[in-house]
Amino acid sequence: MRKSTNWPITTLIALGSLLILFPLYLTVSIALKNPEEMARSIFALPTGLHFENFANAIAATDFFTAFKNSALVTVISVLFILLTNSMVSYAIARNMNKRFFKGLYFYFISAMFIPFQIIMLPVVKQTTAFNMNNIVGLIILYVVYGLAFNVFVYVGYIRSIPYELEEAATVDGATTWGTFWRIIFPLLAPINATIGILSCLSSWNDFLLPLVLLGGPESYTLPLVQYVFQGQFSTDFNLAFASYLLALLPMVIVYLFAQKWIINGITQGAIK
Amino acid sequence: MAKRRIAYYLMTIPALVLFFAFHTFPAIQGIYYSFTNWDGFNTAFDFVGFKNYVNLFKDENVLNSYLFTFKYAIVVTILINVLSLLIALGLNSKIKFKNFFRGVYFLPNILSVLIVGFIFNYIFANVLPVFGEKIGSAFLSENILGKENWAWIGIVFVGVWQGIAFNTILYLAGLQTISKDLYEASSLDGASRWREFWSITFPLLASFFTINMVLAMKGALMVFDQIVALTGGGPGRATQSISLLIYNGGFQGGEFAYQSANAVIYFIVIIVISALQLKFLQKREMDM
Repeated sequence: MRKSTNWPITTLIALGSLLILFPLYLTVSIALKNPEEMARSIFALPTGLHFENFANAIAATDFFTAFKNSALVTVISVLFILLTNSMVSYAIARNMNKRFFKGLYFYFISAMFIPFQIIMLPVVKQTTAFNMNNIVGLIILYVVYGLAFNVFVYVGYIRSIPYELEEAATVDGATTWGTFWRIIFPLLAPINATIGILSCLSSWNDFLLPLVLLGGPESYTLPLVQYVFQGQFSTDFNLAFASYLLALLPMVIVYLFAQKWIINGITQGAIK
Repeated sequence: MAKRRIAYYLMTIPALVLFFAFHTFPAIQGIYYSFTNWDGFNTAFDFVGFKNYVNLFKDENVLNSYLFTFKYAIVVTILINVLSLLIALGLNSKIKFKNFFRGVYFLPNILSVLIVGFIFNYIFANVLPVFGEKIGSAFLSENILGKENWAWIGIVFVGVWQGIAFNTILYLAGLQTISKDLYEASSLDGASRWREFWSITFPLLASFFTINMVLAMKGALMVFDQIVALTGGGPGRATQSISLLIYNGGFQGGEFAYQSANAVIYFIVIIVISALQLKFLQKREMDM
């Protein structure tokens, strides 16, 4: 069959990938240049490495605070999503014959079709009234909103796990909680990876919810800081690009190391 | 057994309460406010019935934002699906550095939409015009985001640039479910590549095509981050999407109730479009 390398297609794919890499190349090279180098040529490689752009960007955007906020929000909400959403799904999956749990299942998954805009205005009033217009509120909302999609994925997976395993545990005297934490949760590892990756990407990159919810700069996440920053320093492009790069870099680094994992995880989540 | 039942309820009821409090309750409130004239700040407001809904249909701003959003969503959905299917076919054939390219094409999906938008904003404003002058094109030497008739093309470009990643990976997963034997059999029968694609690949990808179309369309209808980063809705109101209009009018424009009504309509529109797409595309799946 067609065993040898298909060079025309390899060439096309390589050319296409330049379209993806070029903006990223520009980002890195502009972040490393100074205005004079920019004036000479936007496209050329930087001649000197102007790391002071990064130092200035860190100072101007209070990068470490935003990074800490983004990291806290992402790590804690992913952790809670994995622990709670899987538990809710377990109870639903094992009781689908009961009206309450079946109703709950459809209740949660039907929320997937509700655009955030319809709840956006009231939820901001509500969270402000509860003093939740901060990082804690953001985490709670991510964990709660995660149910809509995650229940759908988890329930499908849990129903494929044979019930006999749990019966054996019950005979040995395990409670429902014990069965879940010791038997089911470990078995969920592959789907936990998928849900973890998807939740991680969506909370790290989310802009709209932090934009409407967060009260003060002390709780701003990385995308939100870029937005505020863009309004103030839109003329110093080297500084701006250093700041963009700093905000993009953490996920890119994670991606470089866990690329295969991430792609497989996303694929599985979406096909379910 | 009673203990067992109690455990199941304890596992779900807190989640149910929280979900109701922070998702369903605000949604109901939003629907309720849509029948009032609340501006979002004052304590007093009146019930006005369907007045907001009637006014929405007379509001040129609202109609334009729907037109823009539909135009954007249709073009982006088609481009994303055609291009990502082509890329997936390419990545699935015998090429060099397959894993490297797979990694590259998926990279945009992990990047923040907002920051990608800022980067492209600079490219459209400063890089493309330099290039345009070099090749002597008067059209390209100006920032397209500043032109009322062309700004949407820039937004489409960024939406497609980023959106392709996800759909490519899904199509690639779909292609791997197709058995190689089918292609061997068809090439023995002397089928052309073109024929193979239309008779084997495309029909067998039907369910992936459905998912990708629905997801791409839904995502595009909700476009917000790119627009904030690229044009802020301008020039004028040329690229104001429905999301952006609800956000601007609802939070800053004192149109809390009015934009709540807009959000209800928007919700119905998304549901209807998704349902129609599913119905139409799944019918195609079954005809195979």
